[in-house]
Amino acid sequence: MSKNILEVKNLKKYFKTPKGMLHAVDDVNFFIKEGETLGLVGESGCGKSTTGRAILRLVEPTSGEVNFEGKNIVDFNGAQMREARKNMQIIFQDPYASLNPRMNLGQIIAEPLLINKVFKERKQVTDRVKELMDTVGLTPRLLNAFPHELDGGRRQRVGVARALALNPKFIVQDEPVSALDVSIQAQILNLMQDIQEELGLTYLFISHDLSVVKHVSDRIAVMYLGKIVELSDYNAIFKNPLHPYTQALLSAIPVPRVDAPDNMIILEGDVPSPVNPPEGCRFYGRCRYRQDICKAKTPELREYEPERFVACHLVEELQK
Amino acid sequence: MAKDLLKVKDLSIQYNTDEGVVKAVDNMTFEIGVGETIGIVGETGAGKTTTALGIMQLVPNPPGKIVQGEIIFKGEDLLKKKEEEMRKIRGNKISMIFQDPMTSLNPVMTTEDQIAEVILLHQEVSQKEAMEKARDMIETVGIPRERGKEYPHQFSGGMRQRIVIAIALACNPELLIADEPTTALDVTIQAQVLKLMKRLKDEFETSMIMITHDLGVVANICDKVAIMYTGYVVEYAKVRDLYENPLHPYTQGLFGSIPNVEEDEKRLNPIKGLMPDPTEIPPGCPFNPRCPKVMDICKSVVPQRVEVEEGHFVNCHLYPAEEYKK
Ligand SMILES: Nc1ncnc2c1ncn2[C@@H]1O[C@H](COP(=O)(O)OP(=O)(O)OP(=O)(O)O)[C@@H](O)[C@H]1O
Ligand SMILES: Nc1ncnc2c1ncn2[C@@H]1O[C@H](COP(=O)(O)OP(=O)(O)OP(=O)(O)O)[C@@H](O)[C@H]1O
Ligand code: SF4
Ligand code: SF4
Ligand SMILES: [Mg+2]
Ligand SMILES: [Mg+2]
Repeated sequence: MSKNILEVKNLKKYFKTPKGMLHAVDDVNFFIKEGETLGLVGESGCGKSTTGRAILRLVEPTSGEVNFEGKNIVDFNGAQMREARKNMQIIFQDPYASLNPRMNLGQIIAEPLLINKVFKERKQVTDRVKELMDTVGLTPRLLNAFPHELDGGRRQRVGVARALALNPKFIVQDEPVSALDVSIQAQILNLMQDIQEELGLTYLFISHDLSVVKHVSDRIAVMYLGKIVELSDYNAIFKNPLHPYTQALLSAIPVPRVDAPDNMIILEGDVPSPVNPPEGCRFYGRCRYRQDICKAKTPELREYEPERFVACHLVEELQK
Repeated sequence: MAKDLLKVKDLSIQYNTDEGVVKAVDNMTFEIGVGETIGIVGETGAGKTTTALGIMQLVPNPPGKIVQGEIIFKGEDLLKKKEEEMRKIRGNKISMIFQDPMTSLNPVMTTEDQIAEVILLHQEVSQKEAMEKARDMIETVGIPRERGKEYPHQFSGGMRQRIVIAIALACNPELLIADEPTTALDVTIQAQVLKLMKRLKDEFETSMIMITHDLGVVANICDKVAIMYTGYVVEYAKVRDLYENPLHPYTQGLFGSIPNVEEDEKRLNPIKGLMPDPTEIPPGCPFNPRCPKVMDICKSVVPQRVEVEEGHFVNCHLYPAEEYKK
């Protein structure tokens, strides 16, 4: 069994807002094993991106630990963090916004190599850039092209090449294919899969698209309003979701097949505000099974069965 | 078979841009029966929105222009109608939900006022009756009627989209054109909206054109489907026929590109290559540079529409017209 490359403990990220403290990520715990893909799903605003960014300290965690290869990087100073970032990279949703429009592809991909002074000679940099372009399926002809000359799929390939430049071990992918057409989306997903197998990478894959997450992930964590409500093997979670929110979420996926059973669980109301959330289960107001205890006490994420984590007071009863 | 409410025939729409002529919709033909829903599916730039704007006669001119075709709505060709007549039809008999809900809401007007305004524009009712009807509509889309006094920014994204639907439905349209009505929504909210749209279909026999790129949404709500690629309809059939037996290589490619939640596939089967530049659509079959089954003829001859089985049309040289003539 492979070891844990990342362990996140009691991670919190709160934002001060005019209305009060916004609990974007509220006491989140998980680990990722070396070489696996952990999928992080949930609806808009539930805290997926903030979790991904806090792990890389692109936003400073309010509290908690992020242990990467056994060391808590939250305690790292600037120099240590720069070193750590070589191993921890991120790819964003919007390939348009994340690339400098005034640099050509060669410069964009070379930048991390130059900043980190990886090579002594210019030629080595160029060779590495070409090698990276080859890995992500960009023709060397595009070396001098600018981002605006490329379509979305190619721009995302540039983002991937750049993220790979320093040979990272771990990549956070924040909605990497959400802005792309389905045919291009499939190309990029296959590319990320090939790269993972070839280089033995570990991924945190963030998406609101459940079909995509199921396809790429080994295990899946479901978030709701700043908290992980369920975390399991991808098969188990789709076959038998334990948390009432996961059940509703999975039932709502429209399946591209005629005669697919139409048993969508329609949730009442909307997601409540993450500002100063009250004590108790965050899903209380919309849960079909809620009881008094759910309002009184926040359910902890606990191991219900080996390797199956769920945060719901009533899971035992509901599984009967 | 329900009788046709709308018949679009050989519709072609172009945009004249600095880069050249974009054939955004090319020779499009389809029909919708009363109470029927058709899905129009395709990737970015396929011409879905332009088709909808064409039916509404809202194609911006210039640069856009309807170059040929007929749009027969209840026996009359909309293309022959004057703007004044169209204004009576739009929002009344035919209404449209636009791709971005915020653009169709007025930020400084309460939601009930916005709905009442549309009703007053098209129906001979008093102010009071219009307001009452507006509140009914708000309730119909699953929002408490008291909240009609609130402004758009006070609602969540999903609720705003439902308000847009309420406006579109305010005059009981016979045809509702919905341009990606759920694309920006979370799945659980999408489920609410789809359920609402199905109810309308059942209760009011509203016919719908559902524009989407999501084959799951089509399976969930549509009766028929047209697959578009670079302005062309490449395949057109009943949902069941197309899903159980997709004939066109592009349709097959789309199905191969989407991960299947019900099965455990290890790898996707994407379509190779990229969408062509809209001003330089390849000669012959527009899909030929990306097609795994391309033949010589595909590079020079545009495939014509062939009815391979009853009601199942495909534009592809793999299905030569001679073989399927009855
Ligand atoms: N810099 C910030 N200042 C204040 N609030 C923030 C900030 N960044 C995020 N938030 C809030 O934190 C919550 C979580 O946001 P986050 O972007 O992590 O969600 P997400 O799950 O990635 O959503 P999406 O699917 O829309 O990308 C939201 O309520 C958001 O408004
Ligand atoms: N106002 C316009 N001027 C010039 N070209 C236009 C205009 N509107 C659309 N087009 C072009 O017409 C083609 C069809 O566009 P359309 O918006 O109908 O596609 P779509 O299928 O709705 O795409 P999407 O999925 O991105 O909404 C595209 O190539 C587009 O660039
Ligand atoms: S803890 Fe209670 S309210 Fe929360 S999900 Fe479980 S049953 Fe529902
Ligand atoms: S006509 Fe030829 S290129 Fe076009 S889809 Fe059919 S086989 Fe492929
Ligand atoms: Mg996000
Ligand atoms: Mg469109």
